Amino acid sequence: MILILGNKMGRSVLELVGKAIQLSEKSGMKVGVFLIGGRELENAERLLDYGVDQVFVASDERLERFVSDVYLRISERVIKYIDPEIILSPADTFGRSLMPMIAAKLETGLTADCTDLDFDEKGNFLQTRPAIGGNIMATIVIPNHRPKMATVRPRTFNVARKIGRKRDAEIEFLKIPDEYFRSNVRLLSFKEKRDEINIQEADVIVAAGKGLRRKENMEIVRELAELVGGAVGASRAIVDAKWISHDHQVGLSGKTVKPKVYIAAGISGAVQHIAGMQTSEMIIAINKDKFAPIFKVADIGIVADAKSTLEEIIRRLRSR
Amino acid sequence: MNIVVLAKQVPDTDKVKIDPESGTMVREGFEAVMNTFDLHALELALQMKEMVGGSVLVISMGPPNTEDILREALALGADRATLVSDRIFAGSDTLVTSLVLKRVIERHEFDLILAGEKATDGETGQVGPEVGAMMNLPVITYVSKLLGIKKDSLIVERSVEDGLEEWEVHLPALLTVSRSVSEPRFPTLSGKKKAMKMEVEVLRFSDLELKTDQVGIRGSPTKVVKVFNVSVTRKADMYEGKRISEGIDRVVEILRRFSR
Repeated sequence: MILILGNKMGRSVLELVGKAIQLSEKSGMKVGVFLIGGRELENAERLLDYGVDQVFVASDERLERFVSDVYLRISERVIKYIDPEIILSPADTFGRSLMPMIAAKLETGLTADCTDLDFDEKGNFLQTRPAIGGNIMATIVIPNHRPKMATVRPRTFNVARKIGRKRDAEIEFLKIPDEYFRSNVRLLSFKEKRDEINIQEADVIVAAGKGLRRKENMEIVRELAELVGGAVGASRAIVDAKWISHDHQVGLSGKTVKPKVYIAAGISGAVQHIAGMQTSEMIIAINKDKFAPIFKVADIGIVADAKSTLEEIIRRLRSR
Repeated sequence: MNIVVLAKQVPDTDKVKIDPESGTMVREGFEAVMNTFDLHALELALQMKEMVGGSVLVISMGPPNTEDILREALALGADRATLVSDRIFAGSDTLVTSLVLKRVIERHEFDLILAGEKATDGETGQVGPEVGAMMNLPVITYVSKLLGIKKDSLIVERSVEDGLEEWEVHLPALLTVSRSVSEPRFPTLSGKKKAMKMEVEVLRFSDLELKTDQVGIRGSPTKVVKVFNVSVTRKADMYEGKRISEGIDRVVEILRRFSR
């Protein structure tokens, strides 16, 4: 079985379901989903409409947030019970925390942040990921261990389609004994980020660099991001200058992003930044220096002042 | 509080060049530095020691010249440094690296292990959680702030996609940290002088009671079968001078699809 591990029924899990169903046609393996999380997973039955064979659910109010030791204990037990050949999980903070812990317990291999998955003609499971800098790709196999594990970069694959329920498809709600909930960590509070869109989930990112000149000009960047329902990104330089918090940083010492549209405003394009955004679908660069390296990875380049160009874009978007 | 910091030597990505022919990173001959996330972890460890006392031990696995980043850690105020280095470890994946680090950590008394959330070269972020799970420790990843510290427990903030969590952690535990957790200090001249006289402990394969088939390429479950270049150089439509307005129109047309 190809098992998808997730903590919610969101887009990332559906992307993996879509890919797993494609892979199952090639390999004959079944597709399962194991969801672990809060009470909202009680209506996970709708996942069966996407053509998966089995859904396993561990839902409990004590699992609302990711409690590492409890999640690990339950997952290890459930995975041993399911005994999948392959486990896939989104490369978000959930997958990138729990998957390595499971791999360590099962003493198996795990490939991080894959951007392609396939089987070769011999049936080897090929996991491809960007290596340092992003323009070198490495294909990795796990020949002698089971399960073979991979986290997959969100937005890599298309969301699964509702192809209808298989006749023998089933969902299993797992009973978790109380002793599984012992923990050495305790959640004291959770503050939801409501108004901010996470840069790794955004369709549009308006990213700013030192070319914006002043911290106050970040308001223009925010205004455009809001206008297009996007997120604000940042170069390392302006994060270090405290114009904006670390969460917004794109690049090797920040986050890797792959939006539909990436606008680099006043960013010259250091290697460490480019590595984090070059796989975006459409890249628009705005910079006064026509020789700035950012233009080498751009689809549209505007050689102009970043601030006044963003202002003009906002003005034209608003008029109409 | 006895704190272990796991540190990795990485190429200095601020100084990396791209080969214009192949579009790949030129890795030879440039400076190696401590992974920036680990530097923030070290700074947090030093601050914790200043608050409650104790010691800071920095551990790294890598080639012999990794000693340089360990000496830098000593200059910043770490009490001890251990380098685990042996040719047989070359090619170790994250599972093997974690196993080796676990063996080194187990030689010491500790209350807390800190590591960066990922390294800026491999970018897997797996070694921290793998070490934690192997050692049966509670793990908190993506720690963005230290909110409270006691002898046997911590309160930390964890930053995730949908918000901020506050956790109470009973020690021993392992935390992986993001860059916002601290502002690294700079080494002082006296710190550097002191570090030159300090010893960096070097451990070999034979010190760790491991079998040869447990480490290096042989011991690693993951095998790299192919490495290939993808050219990502795009041909930009450039708009300058009088054509800037035309370029802006194109951008506006693209953004209209997303406009609220």
